Amino acid sequence: MTAPRTMLDKIWDAHVVRDLGDDWVLLQIDRHVLHDLSGPPALDGVRRRGLRVRNPDLVFATPDHIVSSAPGRTGHSFAPGGELYDNLKAWAREAGVHYFDLGEEGQGIVHVIAPEQGIALPGVTLICGDSHTCTNGGLGALAFGVGTSQSLHALATGTLRMQRPKRMRIRVDGDLPVGVTPKDVILHLLCTLGASAAVEHSIEFAGSAIRGLSVDGRLTLCNLSVEMGGRSGMVAPDDTVFDWIAGRRFAPAGADFDRAVNAWRALHSDEEAVFDRDMAIAAEAIAPTITWGTSPDHAIAIDGVVPDPDTAADVNVRDAMHGALGYMGLTPGQRIVGTPVDWVFIGSCTNSRISDLRDAARIARGHRVAPGVQAWVVPGSVAVKRQAEDEGLDRVFTDAGFQWREPGCSMCVAANGERVPPGARCVSTSNRNFVGRQGPQARTHLASPATAAAAAIRGAITDVRSL
Amino acid sequence: MSFAPVSTITGVVAPLPLANIDTDVIIRIERLTVGDPAELGRWAFESLRYLPDGSENPTFPLNRPEWRDAPIMIAGRNFGCGSSREGAVTAMLAMGLRCVIAESFGDIFYNNCFQSGLLPVRVTASEIDQIMALAEQRAIALSVDLRSGSVRLPDGSTIPFAIDGHRREAMLAGLDDVALTMRDIDAIADWQQSDSVARPWVWQIVDQHQEMADDAKHPSGADRELDS
Ligand code: SF4
Repeated sequence: MTAPRTMLDKIWDAHVVRDLGDDWVLLQIDRHVLHDLSGPPALDGVRRRGLRVRNPDLVFATPDHIVSSAPGRTGHSFAPGGELYDNLKAWAREAGVHYFDLGEEGQGIVHVIAPEQGIALPGVTLICGDSHTCTNGGLGALAFGVGTSQSLHALATGTLRMQRPKRMRIRVDGDLPVGVTPKDVILHLLCTLGASAAVEHSIEFAGSAIRGLSVDGRLTLCNLSVEMGGRSGMVAPDDTVFDWIAGRRFAPAGADFDRAVNAWRALHSDEEAVFDRDMAIAAEAIAPTITWGTSPDHAIAIDGVVPDPDTAADVNVRDAMHGALGYMGLTPGQRIVGTPVDWVFIGSCTNSRISDLRDAARIARGHRVAPGVQAWVVPGSVAVKRQAEDEGLDRVFTDAGFQWREPGCSMCVAANGERVPPGARCVSTSNRNFVGRQGPQARTHLASPATAAAAAIRGAITDVRSL
Repeated sequence: MSFAPVSTITGVVAPLPLANIDTDVIIRIERLTVGDPAELGRWAFESLRYLPDGSENPTFPLNRPEWRDAPIMIAGRNFGCGSSREGAVTAMLAMGLRCVIAESFGDIFYNNCFQSGLLPVRVTASEIDQIMALAEQRAIALSVDLRSGSVRLPDGSTIPFAIDGHRREAMLAGLDDVALTMRDIDAIADWQQSDSVARPWVWQIVDQHQEMADDAKHPSGADRELDS
């Protein structure tokens, strides 16, 4: 008789290579994804130590962070990133890992390509030197971001030294109201539970509203797990996921696939399993949500008003809110709808998949971007870009006055020099509104693709339900 | 990489009474595209440390003479949250910091600290308030002892802190994880061998696109036996 286990426990237990005592284990790492910023130093570290990449077949690399997203770009269009780009390519090839170059199917934002190419699978452990690796939990993978040293460690040994995170479940039951997208769900969870609600925990998202989400929606949801402090976020895999994975490029096929699905069906948490933290949110309470401040949990319903710091009980919270409002140029009590915007960014590993672009295009179709607004659409991967072009979405965007660009992280993190100018206000579908994230003094409002597209058309923050 | 062993850190503590200092604030990502890690020290806490015109912001504690060379920093809760960039730790070390005290830390940042020898010390909220109040008044020196797990205040009193045994030993020895794990490399090889039988779909990665391209070249598929 085995004790009831959570999904985290089941995946964890199946990957323990060696128990190191005191809760520490050597954990097998099944998939490792490298990008142009953290990939080169990790690969170089392996070489400089005189080691080799232990399981090169399980490692996948592509440039995304520091490459330009301008049409016609090369790896050197953003000159300061040229060396990193060259090094990733040269060292990935030398190490014998899979590499997807600019323009090739497979290139794109790491957390977009891993699910899309069949690299991420249910029940695998997956790491990448990037905190939003938790995105892959949408397929039921135990996926987490690591630092360069850990990445080097996993390349050299095929494992990581880890302690099991605590177990947390967030249930969302009921029906999501019309106009509410997965991005709104996770922003709502953030503002309700806070940016440190899941520190030291691995989150399992559960409940009927979560089970009803598409795979793309689950990936968006899990993407922001880390903004809640979570080590990872997951949704139990089901037929929606299995059907979605079938036939993908690096996914198992034939008898291997059937065997895998059998194993994947057993991954869900047991009925009686106990979580260290268990929360529930009603789906009906969720509205389209947008951030007003400089932390992803500084979020409000789109028809709400900017909060008043003086109502906060904790003095630190009050100070942080005052600081955020000053940075964002907003006043307490003001309605967020109607706030004029200068920039719109539709992209990032949160919301640059095909369904996101369809959502945005539905709003943009037949309209024009408001005068004075710069609006960009940066598809998440070469595959997404091709699919969108097959569906004519690129034309919908360019006819409306949006720029249609090449796949990468772009303005989500501004590492490639693509920035929101100082003081400018941007509605962005990305996941971080930190001070200076999109460029020094840039003001970021996180929202869904539909809300972002609506802001571009109206030139101001808009409730999509009013369109 | 291995680093100089860490055991006791003694010196002035600089107060940074802000919660949720994220790694974007500690080091901007663009700074990581430039070569030498030692250079990062200049850019640590850039948005707090410099004014828009590039001059030093006089209100940033580490710009004040009494705290400029502090090896210890005390900060608000959830320090180092956000992006996984290990450059955040490198930048703090490069500006001369050796220890950071907070109520809680971002998970990845906390782990990264142990790979390079920056000592993260967790104490309770009220202990933070106590030290912060002293540190904000004037430059005070602390002595942080990793072996005994205690922070000694100027009046001789001590505040204990917990640190996982494995982490403490590795920090005291100046060993990072790779050095430790390479000792187990044979056990890893054995485990992976049997796992590849139990979970073939994890290990046998076939590029279906390549397959299709090969099929086009060899329509009979007779030269392959991959999809048995
Ligand atoms: S899109 Fe943004 S959050 Fe996602 S991997 Fe790139 S930089 Fe990180």
